[in-house]
Amino acid sequence: MHGLDIISTLFMAGGAFFMLTGAAGLLRFPDFYTRLHATGKCDTLGEVLIIVGCMIYQGWSFITLKLIFLTLFIFIANPVGTHAIMKAAYVTGLKPWKRGEARR
Amino acid sequence: MVFKSKGEKAFSMVVTFCAMFIFWLLLSAWIIYIPQHYDLIEISKGIICALIVTLISHELLVSKRGERVLLKTLRLIPYLGWELWQIVLATFDVAYRVIHPKMPIDPRIIEFETTLRSDFALTTLANSITLTPGTITILVRPETGKFWVHAIAEKPADALLVDQTMQRKVAHVYMEE
Repeated sequence: MHGLDIISTLFMAGGAFFMLTGAAGLLRFPDFYTRLHATGKCDTLGEVLIIVGCMIYQGWSFITLKLIFLTLFIFIANPVGTHAIMKAAYVTGLKPWKRGEARR
Repeated sequence: MVFKSKGEKAFSMVVTFCAMFIFWLLLSAWIIYIPQHYDLIEISKGIICALIVTLISHELLVSKRGERVLLKTLRLIPYLGWELWQIVLATFDVAYRVIHPKMPIDPRIIEFETTLRSDFALTTLANSITLTPGTITILVRPETGKFWVHAIAEKPADALLVDQTMQRKVAHVYMEE
């Protein structure tokens, strides 16, 4: 096993860990807004770490360039999507959870 | 979006077309670099695709001729580096809150006003708020520069309300202090 393989595996494992954490947050957090925090943030870094792992595994080629574009689009699209869902919930009048209330 | 003159419309179309065609070239570079596939038909396919995208969406990419675009782009680069570091911090912050047995969250909605007015500056700030630790943008009112933000605890809320590091950084990048 080459050194680069180990590094790319580490990156992918890190990405998988953050995706799992995001899923755990989706189950643990008490309401819609806080759940969006877990998924919106963990998924951004999780996806990017997995893509970086793929880049290192693949080596330098035009695939790398495409993966860099993919990373950029994730960085732009992920916050926009999170914001759009949250705005939709807020505008339709979903009340945010406050500390001390029962979970929904 | 309203254009002031025909010249600005032509300018935005040319810029969009160039950007789209360069993007197509980069994505389909394997066609160009293998000699037997390199011919006029492939290139014209790319030009036609870029033209279609330009006709539909040239108003979105470049709305009008900006001022001091080069300087703003140069200032954006260190900001993006800082932003990347904030993304890493944000993920660790949320991961800590998820894994911690007591779940240290105290959600609240905060409001604040900024001096920013241009579309790009407001979009950058809104996206940055969503990417940085513990906060997500809910609503933005562009006329008054007002933001509604959902914060997951008190500390990230104070970072936006009291410190205002990010607002100052974005204002510096887009020169709207």
